[in-house]
Amino acid sequence: MLAFLIQRVLQAIFVMFVVALISFSLFHYVGDPVLNMLGQEATEADRAELRARLGLDQPVVVQFYRFIVNAAQFEFGISYRSARPVTDLIMERLPATLELAIISAIFAVTMGIVLGIYTALRRRSWLANFIMTASLIGVSLPTFLIGVLLIYLFAVELGWLPAFGRGQTVSIGDWWTTGLLTMSGLRSLILPAITLGLFQLTLIMRLVRAEMLEVLSTDYIKFARARGLSDRVVNLRHALKNTLIPVITIIGLQLGTIIAFAIITETVFQWPGVGALFITAVRFVDVPVMAAYLMMIALVFVVINLVVDLLYYAVDPRLRAQGGGK
Amino acid sequence: MTSSTPSSDKKGAVPHGDPGEQSGQSPSHKLDDAALQQEPVLSVRHMRVEFPTRHGTLVALDDVSFDIAPGEVLGVVGESGAGKSMTGNAVIQLLEPPGRIAEGEVYLSGKRIDDLAEEDFVPLRGRHIGMIFQDPLTSLNPLFSIGDQLIETIRTHLPMNEKQAREEALKLLREVGIPAAEERLNSYPHQFSGGMRQRVVIALALAARPEFIIADEPTTALDVSVQAQILALLKRLCADHGTAVMLVTHDMGVIAETADRVAVMYAGRLIEIGPVEEVIRSPQHPYTKGLMASIPGIEKSLDRLYQIEGSMPRLAAIPPGCAFNPRCPHAQERCRRERPDLMPAGAGQAACWLHDPVDPLPRLDEHDTQEHAHVR
Repeated sequence: MLAFLIQRVLQAIFVMFVVALISFSLFHYVGDPVLNMLGQEATEADRAELRARLGLDQPVVVQFYRFIVNAAQFEFGISYRSARPVTDLIMERLPATLELAIISAIFAVTMGIVLGIYTALRRRSWLANFIMTASLIGVSLPTFLIGVLLIYLFAVELGWLPAFGRGQTVSIGDWWTTGLLTMSGLRSLILPAITLGLFQLTLIMRLVRAEMLEVLSTDYIKFARARGLSDRVVNLRHALKNTLIPVITIIGLQLGTIIAFAIITETVFQWPGVGALFITAVRFVDVPVMAAYLMMIALVFVVINLVVDLLYYAVDPRLRAQGGGK
Repeated sequence: MTSSTPSSDKKGAVPHGDPGEQSGQSPSHKLDDAALQQEPVLSVRHMRVEFPTRHGTLVALDDVSFDIAPGEVLGVVGESGAGKSMTGNAVIQLLEPPGRIAEGEVYLSGKRIDDLAEEDFVPLRGRHIGMIFQDPLTSLNPLFSIGDQLIETIRTHLPMNEKQAREEALKLLREVGIPAAEERLNSYPHQFSGGMRQRVVIALALAARPEFIIADEPTTALDVSVQAQILALLKRLCADHGTAVMLVTHDMGVIAETADRVAVMYAGRLIEIGPVEEVIRSPQHPYTKGLMASIPGIEKSLDRLYQIEGSMPRLAAIPPGCAFNPRCPHAQERCRRERPDLMPAGAGQAACWLHDPVDPLPRLDEHDTQEHAHVR
């Protein structure tokens, strides 16, 4: 178990190193920031001074070393555009993105699993067939279109929910602002959360259904029935647990995707999150922000993968035994 | 139509011949009779199982009738697809959809069970009818310890708390010969060998002391060396508890070792039933005869084993009359036209016009022996 854990952590560190290399290379290939920051009229001396201040006059290897050391301490330098520390910018906007991502993940996972189980158990009913057909729409429509359609229906036509923004927020602690405690914050969250989670929901639902159908046809389920266990116990205890093993992997990866693809939803709903920050950064070639965003998304994926691997251990005794033998 | 077990059954367990079908009575009316002791634990009457498909209805079992007495071991043999497992699955109502019992009745200790709704049938499974499947490697849920699975089964059927159920589980594991049962209770299925897993499966099937269990090829997936142990265990436990067994297998050796009576199935029909020694020594149906002749023996050394010409028909293409007629050396006009029911033959019964009590067909024996000689 410990050996496995160490091995996985080392892998994760390696992945982060590679991503850092890519992020770092942005600084050299996406234009000259000094020109952008000082404009045409600056003197050569001004430029040299700024170059020195930003550390751009050092050899590449030294620059990379400093980049890594700083990144490990969540230090990503100064934003070229707003001249504020990148970390502050991200931290300011992280709560918005995390709240959106977590709510839509909860929505996608619970609805996905429940609907997946339902469509597997009642696969001949008209409702299950309807859900399956409707899910095709969720899979095939692009996220931004779903967002725009939802805005049109619920904000423009019906006027039930706000079309953009995060509503009122409340500060908790030093830096976290939450929209979950105000009515307007919650109302603002509904449409973007559905938009962001719909694709994952249909994916999870279809996966759960397929896995469940496969598990239900296994011998141990038949034997569980032959032992006289009730449908409830067979379906929700024996079948569901076996169904969830492959589903956990996909859910884990999808959570990463939800955070990463929040960019589109945030843009459509003008949600003041990290994704919107990234889009702005791209437009203004604000390389430190882009690099920091890349690193953050990579970290999210790596951490989730690690957690998924550990969850496997918790769920599947076969893995536990192998790990114990090592 | 067929009658039930022959009165010549060596246990004498079914002397009343027929549970009421000719008199139009349901067998349950006999519950208060003095014959209660002799009531068959399982009585299957004219069971027909159908699979409605897009291309028409497949008849998987056609007019199958048999009885099993309390404590009796009935072997069911036949080729793959003859309907052996289907019979077991139909009795315990675990047919794969869209399969269903279309006709006939099934009685458990005199009570009709084939018409019960699923929720009324659930309490019977495990408590009154147990089942053991072919592959012990896949019969146990890999994510639950065998203790969990045992305790859950025991508590489903018996009024016990967690602690009592745990004691009971330990007792069961010891009974089926699992060494160090105490420690093994927390082990997971993958930590057991195939033979040990089948022991656990047997413990699970017998956990609530059912009167009757269906053992569907219980040893087929096991090593030959383990097969005998498992069979001996199954036989001993069922004898100890007075559990009747329907032993489904394609292995005549297993039947000869274990069963009291044997039923032979062909193309979804029951074609011969009788005491094991009799059926092996002097099979009455031409198919059974061929089946026995195709088993290698120690005493006779053959270059080639006997082989019945042709192969069993597909369910969609069962010929009219006797299903075996295209392959039968005795087949005559009547066999191609009229379907024979089980009729008394030798010490048991066979579904063959050769044994028609009124007008038996003449045997074409010369032809038969010639063909044998030819094959050899």
